[in-house]
Amino acid sequence: MSAPVLSVRGLITEFETREGSVRAVNNVSFDLAPGEVLGLVGESGSGKTITGFSIMGLVEEPGVIRGGEVLLNDENVLALPEPKLRALRGDRIAMIFQDPMMTLNPVLRIDTQMIETILAHRKLSKAEAREMATEALALVGIPSPAERLRAYPHELSGGMRQRVVIAIALMLEPDLIIADEPTTALDVTIQSQILFEMQKLMASRQTAMIWITHDLTVVAGLAQKVAVMYAGKIVEYGLVDDLLDRPAHPYTQGLMQSIPSNTSRGNRLTQIPGMTPSLLKLPKGCAFAPRCAYASEACKVAPEETAIGETRRVRCHHALGGVS
Amino acid sequence: MVADTPLKRFIADYVSSPLAVIAAIGMALVILAAAFAEFVAPQNPYDLMTVNILDGSLEPGETGFDGFYYWLGSDEQGRDMYSAMIYGLRISLVVSVIAVTSAVFIGLTMGMIAAWKGGWVESLIMRIVDIQLSFPALFVALLLLAILGKGIDKVIIALILIQWAYFARAVRGAALVEIRKDYVMAARCAALSPHRILFRHVMPNCLPPVIVIATVQIANAIAIEAALSFLGVGVPITEPSLGLLIANGFDYLLSGRYWISFYPGVALLITLVLINLVGDHLRDILNPRMNK
Amino acid sequence: MLAYLIRRFGQAILVMSVMATIVFFGLYMVGNPVDLLINPEDDLLAQEAAIRRLGLDKPVHIQFFHFLGGLVQGDLGTSFVHNTPALELILSRLPATLELAFLGVFFALVIGIPLGMYAGLYPKSPVSRTIMAGSVIGFSTPNFWQGLMLIMLFAVFWRILPAGGRGETVDVLGIPVSFLTWDGLSHLFLPALNVAIYKISLVIRLTRAGTAEIGLQDYVKYARARGLSEWRVINVHILKNILIPVVTVVGLELGNVIAFAVVTETVFAWPGIGKLLIDSIGLLDRPVVVAYLMLTVFMFVMINLVVDIIYSLLDPRIRVKRRA
Repeated sequence: MSAPVLSVRGLITEFETREGSVRAVNNVSFDLAPGEVLGLVGESGSGKTITGFSIMGLVEEPGVIRGGEVLLNDENVLALPEPKLRALRGDRIAMIFQDPMMTLNPVLRIDTQMIETILAHRKLSKAEAREMATEALALVGIPSPAERLRAYPHELSGGMRQRVVIAIALMLEPDLIIADEPTTALDVTIQSQILFEMQKLMASRQTAMIWITHDLTVVAGLAQKVAVMYAGKIVEYGLVDDLLDRPAHPYTQGLMQSIPSNTSRGNRLTQIPGMTPSLLKLPKGCAFAPRCAYASEACKVAPEETAIGETRRVRCHHALGGVS
Repeated sequence: MVADTPLKRFIADYVSSPLAVIAAIGMALVILAAAFAEFVAPQNPYDLMTVNILDGSLEPGETGFDGFYYWLGSDEQGRDMYSAMIYGLRISLVVSVIAVTSAVFIGLTMGMIAAWKGGWVESLIMRIVDIQLSFPALFVALLLLAILGKGIDKVIIALILIQWAYFARAVRGAALVEIRKDYVMAARCAALSPHRILFRHVMPNCLPPVIVIATVQIANAIAIEAALSFLGVGVPITEPSLGLLIANGFDYLLSGRYWISFYPGVALLITLVLINLVGDHLRDILNPRMNK
Repeated sequence: MLAYLIRRFGQAILVMSVMATIVFFGLYMVGNPVDLLINPEDDLLAQEAAIRRLGLDKPVHIQFFHFLGGLVQGDLGTSFVHNTPALELILSRLPATLELAFLGVFFALVIGIPLGMYAGLYPKSPVSRTIMAGSVIGFSTPNFWQGLMLIMLFAVFWRILPAGGRGETVDVLGIPVSFLTWDGLSHLFLPALNVAIYKISLVIRLTRAGTAEIGLQDYVKYARARGLSEWRVINVHILKNILIPVVTVVGLELGNVIAFAVVTETVFAWPGIGKLLIDSIGLLDRPVVVAYLMLTVFMFVMINLVVDIIYSLLDPRIRVKRRA
């Protein structure tokens, strides 16, 4: 495997609340090679989005990054002073947000928002920046891009807006793109179109990507690696085929059983009982234990991360799939 | 926090802000001083026996001929400013409290009628409210007083006519929300009289916004009354409110006798700030949307 | 849209006529201008001639129809005191009031928006707390007393600005204005500040609330994620979004400013329509009072009408925003 473009080591992010500090990201580690896609999977509130923002050093009050390293090309992003960090954002690391309706500033035209991004990172004239923006729009399949540049966000459809956001992310050819559920807010047909195009673009440019989602099916078709998050921790991590074929953590297994498929037709879908726990009141030991069919006395102690084979890690006392 | 009754919870919420507690205590002191003006004020400024014209225009801290100490000075007629302010405060408070209480009563009734009846009754009431609220309060007051003439009673009538609309609008909004709730439906099914449903069930739930608005409107009423009196269309010269005291001092201001209008203004300002602080905090704790 | 406009116009005319009726009958029941305006030393013949000249001998309803007829033609009667048409008298005083109102609103925006944004961006800083405390005091301080205190400080104690009057004016397109001469400006400054202080507090509160809310929006976070400078995020992305609601509210407040100019004009002996109104009420100069009220009602109805129409035109975009 080539040298990782991104290496996250023991990342910890906390939120200071009135009831005490809450650990939203708890000791998260993973690696990403150039051109590789990591699916970061979890329910809402599992800390996957905060992980994404932490990698950019963009955690807002009352959140604080408490520990760990984020090595981008062997440079610790979290140790950089704010101006250098700002120069990194949008240039080396780009982000795509979940809801295209809310991402673009409603009172600024598309060209303003694209050109300001370019000029924040490149010493170009406005005309050159506009040229670059037009090309980027054309690249993501927006028809008559020069015209669309003059539009306000509300004049474009949701799918168009998300393409604009993707164009902005690709424009400066970053090393890493963090995509936070970029297709969730879109219609199903547009979803698959955009997924397909993203896949193509990533592969051709060797851009590494973190795809944050709650949907394992999306990950199956897109990612090479999967990290499943639960209550701030990565509970299972591995190569996509391996992990999806033989999920080792009961939570991963639960997630997979709740996906409708051909074989499950006519049968009831299995669901994971209970609710995502509040980070303020995490159970002692394994956070998943109260919802887990395999829970035992052992689970009162939080399980350490254990390696299964070379590429696989799991946090469970009762890891499944023949391994134990 | 252990909170068994709404009242206890309300008090617990209220004391969570030290500033609001101080404001509430200050407000209580202001009200007490105004209520017991005869005992608090060292002089009765309207008793000609105690006022000596030879003590006119004394600066703050000067002593009069009979040894009376004017710590905030005296006006042209020799009245002790401090005493005049306490009596003036009483008039300001009485006018605004009477006006707001009546406005609450009218607004509550009209708002609930609008919410309960619906149809053209609601349209008519709310249209009047809308039109009235689209004009600034001071403008409406000037219009009314230009018609009604001067006098304490006229000022009170003008204030009521201005303020009922705020309460009517808020009460209608709150009542509409309540009326759609299941318990009202249940009460209707139980064939309780509309009167009983409205006053025993719906009204108590409309009170929080009314309390908040009433607090703020008392401050507004005091300010509007003061402005009207300053403009010479408010209370008569025989019953000077804080606003009129300030207006009287205006003539002497340019000759450097600042205290005649300065101190009544400070008293007015402190009163308004205290009421607004209490009102702001009440809004924070009574409005669930604002709860953090 | 046309139906809406017609209905809205109908309402405006209805409000105007109801007001006209209330104002006329209300005013003509109070006081007796004959006693006030006619010299009791005059002989009876002269008195009667004066009554006839002023039209006060006719029954009230005749006077009312006369008044209505005049209203339609823009003739609002003749001032008892000044012996000139009431409307003409008011219009000659209007520029002074408008100059005051516009400068006051200008101050409010120029001072209030930066302070409000600061308080919204850094809510916990001591400076913000000071700004907000100041705005509470600005809100609570009675307008006329503020005026007195400004006079006390600037005119009596420091003697740097005049206490009242309008000062030197220059005609621009036949309209006298103060702000182009040094003397006029020095007379204008205190009254305009007096008009502005309350509005500044209002603008501070609006801007702070808007800034705090907009600061949480995705598009602001996205702007930061694109590596834009904090200066640009604040002064373009946040500011542009705040300006729309703030300017709308302040525009609506213009009517309020004109109404409250009554107080400021009385304090500073500023020869505008407000001072004219108060003088006319005192002198029972009914035609002028009626003309003032009708003109102001007309202005309010017009401002509300225009704002309503603009809002209904903007509606599609507002709806899009809400749904998003």
